[in-house]
Amino acid sequence: MAKPKVAFYWCASCGGCEEAVVDLAEDLLKVVDAVDIVLWPVALDFKRKDVEAMKDGAIAVSFINGAVRTEEQEEMVKLLRKKSGLVVAFGSCAHIGGIPGLANFWDRETIFERVYKDVPSVRNPEGIYPQQKTKVDGVELTLPEFYDTVYTLDQVINVDYYLPGCAPPPDLIMNAVTAILEGKLPDKGSVLAPDKSLCDTCPRKDSKPEKLSIKAIRRPHEVIADPEKCFLEEGIICLGPATRSGCGERCINANMPCRGCFGPTKGVRDQGAKMVSAIASILGVEDEDKVTEEEVESLVKQIDDPAGLFYMYSLPASMLRRKRMG
Amino acid sequence: MIEAKVENTIGRHKDWQPKILAFLCNWCSYAGADLAGVSRIQYPPNIRVVRIPCSGRVNPIFILKCLQNGFDGVLVSGCHPGDCHYISGNYVARRKFAVLKTLLEFMGLEPGRVQFSWVSAGEGEKFAQVVTKVTEDVKKLGPARKLVRNLEPTETKY
Ligand code: SF4
Ligand code: SF4
Repeated sequence: MAKPKVAFYWCASCGGCEEAVVDLAEDLLKVVDAVDIVLWPVALDFKRKDVEAMKDGAIAVSFINGAVRTEEQEEMVKLLRKKSGLVVAFGSCAHIGGIPGLANFWDRETIFERVYKDVPSVRNPEGIYPQQKTKVDGVELTLPEFYDTVYTLDQVINVDYYLPGCAPPPDLIMNAVTAILEGKLPDKGSVLAPDKSLCDTCPRKDSKPEKLSIKAIRRPHEVIADPEKCFLEEGIICLGPATRSGCGERCINANMPCRGCFGPTKGVRDQGAKMVSAIASILGVEDEDKVTEEEVESLVKQIDDPAGLFYMYSLPASMLRRKRMG
Repeated sequence: MIEAKVENTIGRHKDWQPKILAFLCNWCSYAGADLAGVSRIQYPPNIRVVRIPCSGRVNPIFILKCLQNGFDGVLVSGCHPGDCHYISGNYVARRKFAVLKTLLEFMGLEPGRVQFSWVSAGEGEKFAQVVTKVTEDVKKLGPARKLVRNLEPTETKY
C-alpha cells in the first residue's frame, strides 16, 4: 500500500513550528517511515507546481503553521485545502493568530511606515514602500498583496483539527500523528489537547489561596518570582485561568507566567474577555466596599497594555479581531 | 465602498437616534426604572432594557456582542456599594468594567460608549438622569460603526 502523503507548510510564522517537527528527534524517523512527505519548504525542494499537479484530495493531511497575512499565503492554503483530505492548523499562529496577530493593532499603512521609514536604522527619505508591481528595466516585478489584517487559518479555509502551542510540544504532535495514521481521530473541529485550564494542571495550583486578592500588579521583570507560588498571588498576571492545558506547563516551570499560547478551552469564545473577568474577580477585592471609583481606575491602570497582554496570542481569533483604526 | 457610503449617510442623518442597551440588575436598577415609569418621569426612549439578576452577571462578552451587533452604547447599572443583593456582585462588575473599558479603548472604541452606574430601587429620578446623560454622551459620539461586524474597516474578505 502506498504511504499516505503529508505536506507541511508555513505562512506568517517564525519558523519555531518547523523546529518543533525536528524536535520530534528519533520519533521523526518513525513518521518519515510511515508517510511520504510531498511538500516541506523548510527542508525539501518541492514547489507549488508539484502540489498543483496533484489530484484533489491526494494529500492525506496538510500541517499548516502560521497566520495568513498575504495574498500568496491565502492562495497556498486554499490550494492545499483543495488537495488535502485533512488540514491541521499547526501551532498558535494558525490556530488563533499568534504573535504575528498582534499586528492587528495596526494596519498595512502604519506597519509599512514604521518598518520602511521610521525605524532608526532605516533611511528612506523618498518614502519608498513595497509595491505590488514595479517595472525594472522594462520587466514587471510583482509581490503578493500585504493585507491590513492578520487572519487565523480557519478564517480563510476550513480546518479539520487544531494543534495548539507556540510551538506545539512533541508529545501532542506525536499523539496527533498517531491518531491520524490509525484513523482514531476525535470529532472534526477539535483541538488536539486536553480540554482543561492550565490552572487545573499547574504545579503551583495548590499554593493558590481559595480567595485570591491582589492589590498591586507587577511585571515579570520587576520581581524575582517565588518558584513555588501561584503567579497571580504575587500580583504577576498569568493567563493560566483563561488558557488550555497541554503544554507541560513550560513557562511556569521556567518561572515565567503563562501568556496564553494554547488558546482558550472549548467553551470560551474570547480568551481576553475571559481574562478580564478573571482579573476583575481578584484585583482589589480587599476593602472593596471602601474604595472609590478613582481608586478602582488607578488599580486597573497598573495593567500595562491590557489589550496586548490579554490577547497576546489570540487577537485575530477574538471577537473584535483587530483594532479599529481612524 | 458601498459600506463606506452607508456609514456616511447614517452619520449625517439628522434623524439618527442612538440605540443603547441597558443591563439593569433585578434588585435595584430595574426597580428604579420601574419606579421612573410608574412615577411618569420622562427620559429618552433610546434604551432597550435587559433585566439581569445582578450587574456582576454581565460578562464582557455581552458588551462586545452588543457593540458588534450595532448598538451605539451600552449601560450597565447595579445596586449602590454595600447594597448588592448578592453581597459583592456590583463590586466585581465595577472592576470588570474598569478593565474592559481600558481594553476597549485600546481597540479603538471611543470612551463614553460603555458606561456603568449605580441606581437603587428608590431612585426613579436618578435613573432618568442617568439615561439622559448616557443618551446625550452617545449622541455626541455619533453612530458606533467601529466595532460592527459587517463593517470591517479594511478588507471585507472574511
Ligand atoms: S494562575 Fe498561573 S501560576 Fe497560578 S495556578 Fe494558574 S497557571 Fe498556575
Ligand atoms: S504556559 Fe502558557 S504561554 Fe507557556 S507554553 Fe504553556 S500555554 Fe503557552
